[in-house]
Amino acid sequence: MSSAGSDRLLVSTRKGLFSVVKNGPSGAWQIDRVSFLGDSISMAYHDPRDGRLYGAQYLGHFGVKLQRSADFGEHWEEIAAPAFPAPPEGVVETFADGRPWPWRVEQIWALEAAADGGLWCGTIGGGLFRSAGGGESWTLARGLWDHPGRKQWFGGGAELPGIHSICVDPLDARRLSVAVSCGGVWHSADDGATWELGAEGMFAEFMPPERRNDQGIQDAHRVVRAAANPDRLWCQHHNGVFRSDDGGRRWQVIANVSPSVFGFAVAVDPTDGDTAWLVPAVKDQTRVPVDGRVVVSRTRDAGRTWQVLAEGLPQVQAYDITLRHALDVDGSGRRLAFGSTTGSLWVSEDAGDRWTCLSTHLPPIYAVRFAAPSA
Amino acid sequence: MPRVSFTPHLGRHVDCPDETLPGTTVRQVLTAYFERHPRVRAYVLDEQGALRHHVVVFVGGVQARDRNQLSDPVAEDSDVYIMQALSGG
Repeated sequence: MSSAGSDRLLVSTRKGLFSVVKNGPSGAWQIDRVSFLGDSISMAYHDPRDGRLYGAQYLGHFGVKLQRSADFGEHWEEIAAPAFPAPPEGVVETFADGRPWPWRVEQIWALEAAADGGLWCGTIGGGLFRSAGGGESWTLARGLWDHPGRKQWFGGGAELPGIHSICVDPLDARRLSVAVSCGGVWHSADDGATWELGAEGMFAEFMPPERRNDQGIQDAHRVVRAAANPDRLWCQHHNGVFRSDDGGRRWQVIANVSPSVFGFAVAVDPTDGDTAWLVPAVKDQTRVPVDGRVVVSRTRDAGRTWQVLAEGLPQVQAYDITLRHALDVDGSGRRLAFGSTTGSLWVSEDAGDRWTCLSTHLPPIYAVRFAAPSA
Repeated sequence: MPRVSFTPHLGRHVDCPDETLPGTTVRQVLTAYFERHPRVRAYVLDEQGALRHHVVVFVGGVQARDRNQLSDPVAEDSDVYIMQALSGG
């Protein structure tokens, strides 16, 4: 991630991809383009290396499609979407509970830059895919898919498990970690050829006692890596907030988050791995903001203390929930944005101290990402 | 030969004109269609070649039943119509 700030937001929603830009240093944020109006967009990604924009469609009836634009969405072309190969002849794969596990991409859930100009794509369905570049074609990362530990995964909120976080080491792009709902956190040091599980310290309260500490079934909701200190990772997990200081192998629970430790999203300051933001909610059956107040929680000291940030956010009868991909920070570490399932979108220019509401009327928001800064 | 046509909803995403094509099963007729219009395949079938969950095929007004092998017979003068199942939101 560049340390420069970004003036453009990509907001993926149930009814289209919204581009939101800031007009000048002191100007207002405005929606400048809506692409794919009416279509569900699960993820967008702006590749800083070549300026191309990717939008992942989830067409309820007609499957997953991937679109690419070289001009910020003025023109789009449909490119290959990741897809599983045929399973081995005669093999019917099943989950641990005996239900069939189809080799099928249900949704694109993560898009990130890979080494050597490539792209990574994580999917609901459980497949991690790699493109040599530009998304012209995709190959299933067999090293992870064929790992015996993968067979223990199961869906969290969706029928199939999904890879939602791909954390590439900015110092060495061949090192990466991926996080799975529900399947723990996995690490590769060889550009995805081989993988090992590393989620020690995480615990799953919803599991029977003998499986509670099983690393391979942990429901990490979102994992992010600190660009300035790549061994520092943050995780918003189903059962709490965790921090790792060793590249994601061992995790320490951060229990003192106010107003709650439940949530989906987490963001880390790219310039300072001790600073992170969460959007907490009531666990776990209700999933609404605590006391009907939308707040962001921030630490500046690696989780020892937390500030509850509420200025500019609704504090009465507010039921906005922020999903795992709907909080982001730009390269400066000062500008943040988050969106909600009830179509609200907020931006902060001062690391979360104050928030400005850009809309309360967007479609349900799945993902909010800053585009790479203009060259 | 059987005639193949699609719900207008699909035309919003991908060009899928009506065609008259050879074949005696849904699989054969669709395979012939996808040879002419390869992009349409991924909208109708999943990567394992099964009908997508929310896509239905009618042959002569009767819903085809074999969603995996697509073995339902198609007569010489059948209309094969591909549409989406209804869903909310």
